[in-house]
Amino acid sequence: MDLIPKLPVAEWIDAATKWTTNTFGFLFDFIKNDFGDFIEIVAEDWLMAIPIWLFIVIVGVLAFIASGKRLGLTAFSVIGLWFISNQELWEELMNTFTLVIFASLISVIIGVPFGIWMAKSRTVEKILTPVLDFMQTMPAFVYLIPAVAFFSIGMVPGVFASVIFATPPTVRFTNLGIRQVSHELIEASDSFGTTGTQKLFKVQLPMAKKTIMAGINQTVMLALSMVVIASMIGAKGLGQTVITGLQRAEVGTGFVAGLGIVILAIIIDRFTQNLNTQRGEQ
Amino acid sequence: MPIIQVKNLSKIFGKNAKKATKYLDEGLTKEEILEKTGNTVGVNRASFDVEEGEIFVIMGLSGSGKSTLVRLINRLIEPTEGSVFIDDQDLAKMDSKALRSVRRQKLSMVFQRFGLFPHRTVLENAEFGLEVQGIDKKERQESAKKSLEMVGLGGYIHQFPGQLSGGMQQRVGLARALANDPEVLLMDEAFSALDPLIRKEMQDELLELQESMKKTILFITHDLDEALRIGDRIALMKDGRIVQIGTPEEILVNPANEYVEKFVEDVDRSKVLTAENIMKRPETVDIQKHGPRTALERMRKEGLSSIYVTDAKRNLHGYVTADDVSSAVKQGTDHLKGILRTDVPKVDLQTPMQEIFDIIHDAPVPVAVVEDGKLKGIIVRGAVLAALAGSEVNLNGLNS
Repeated sequence: MDLIPKLPVAEWIDAATKWTTNTFGFLFDFIKNDFGDFIEIVAEDWLMAIPIWLFIVIVGVLAFIASGKRLGLTAFSVIGLWFISNQELWEELMNTFTLVIFASLISVIIGVPFGIWMAKSRTVEKILTPVLDFMQTMPAFVYLIPAVAFFSIGMVPGVFASVIFATPPTVRFTNLGIRQVSHELIEASDSFGTTGTQKLFKVQLPMAKKTIMAGINQTVMLALSMVVIASMIGAKGLGQTVITGLQRAEVGTGFVAGLGIVILAIIIDRFTQNLNTQRGEQ
Repeated sequence: MPIIQVKNLSKIFGKNAKKATKYLDEGLTKEEILEKTGNTVGVNRASFDVEEGEIFVIMGLSGSGKSTLVRLINRLIEPTEGSVFIDDQDLAKMDSKALRSVRRQKLSMVFQRFGLFPHRTVLENAEFGLEVQGIDKKERQESAKKSLEMVGLGGYIHQFPGQLSGGMQQRVGLARALANDPEVLLMDEAFSALDPLIRKEMQDELLELQESMKKTILFITHDLDEALRIGDRIALMKDGRIVQIGTPEEILVNPANEYVEKFVEDVDRSKVLTAENIMKRPETVDIQKHGPRTALERMRKEGLSSIYVTDAKRNLHGYVTADDVSSAVKQGTDHLKGILRTDVPKVDLQTPMQEIFDIIHDAPVPVAVVEDGKLKGIIVRGAVLAALAGSEVNLNGLNS
């Protein structure tokens, strides 16, 4: 066993990270500053500019429409949001919401094309599958380290770590959804002389929509689950309150903030699920 | 000039398929090739022509390669060897752009499980082929509506396929294929997923549509009854090979080999065979030449209880019964006119056997097969039963 000395894997990774930081520093700085500012603007200026009561009313109306005119989701959303504002956690909620939205959007924008690519090529599928496994099973804390190296602390590294953690379901489900389209429909499409692009946009993606949406739902939930972890590197929001509670051993503070995350999670989950209906379904 | 010419078309599935083709040359069977190379022979050197405007049926049991064959024709499956000429262009050698344009302009396919897009309405399904070609919306919807009306679905254009019954869904499939106005319709077991009554209805409708459309139709089926019903010509497949090509009657009457013979054994012959196939040469007496004595003598010799009466030109006059004839003999009459009966059960040469059942059931005497007033043959009950059983029919024994 002693024949092979300890491989300096950790040192290699460090070197690679350092090299990346130095080489792409200008890009990271740009993202950190401009994108970071933008996130702040969205969270602090735009969302906070909406009066709380108006925000709750809008969400309530949307919930009513999205749930097919049922009262359950509407009532839950309104009461849940009122509770959070009552606990004086509104600003934290808006920050968390912004973080989740940005992380999810970026994950989807990256994930769907990769999923399509994966569905179109067996080789790509074979290469990406272990990469996705890796991304999902690596403890999420680990992503915080390079995130800090690239973007120092704040919202941006939080979004970065969340994106890495939350993208895999979208990629997987997009791939799965496209591959699940029945062989006969693909033949039908081909038999009418569709090009690859026509087939993708007229048949495969519309047919896979439901599965892809399920993947996006998972992505959003994973992004939300990163909120507490991301706040360890300075991402603002409900997660920060949880951490504060932890550090000061204040069970109540931590619990209330955690409850806020749960409420947000349930509202987002039900929204995305209710939006997920396919045309032509009975 | 045939519209489709298929020459030596083969498909071998698996790795190193090209290598396995040499075993086809050596004439090895599907099983032997599988054992030697691990490759499955889908289609083995199929060659045939399809004429413009005909319904050409490819029929075989599952695993016979018929579905593979139809997919080789529009290249949903890449052929291993051979050519498919459509209007003198070899599809097997086309690049993908040329192939796409042939698929768009000349070939349309109808699928066994309909192959409808569930997220598109009936109208959007029907216009799919035209949409792919980039035809503008108004124009393509008009064509799609027209072909939907043709199949009787004019009122359902905004429904989704999931809201329709199987039979209606397949009509949408047919309308979608027709909207392109293709030269050739490929129908892969198009009616096999429908229940028997609807299937029959669809067959009738297809034949009716065909009357006016005059498309070339390549129809795949595993159901011989269906093949016989709608096919102008039928190709029978077994183990990837075409074993016989012919009209429905040729196949029934002259099965090329044991396989075909076994296949047609079970067919409902009553739908295919006509009076001409099962009639036999009649015993007759001549009304001018023969009297009751001759008639009685002939009946006795042949063991008949009645006999048909004609003249020298074989014009049918009627029949006489043994009872009447023997009393006429006793009374000493010397002509048949007085005892001639004219309530003759008649059919013509093309009457299908199915209709003969009812007539023969009530008939006191064998059924007369008549053309232009002339007696061509008679049908006895035994012959009908024998024909149904598929044995010992003296087919076409009398075509003078």
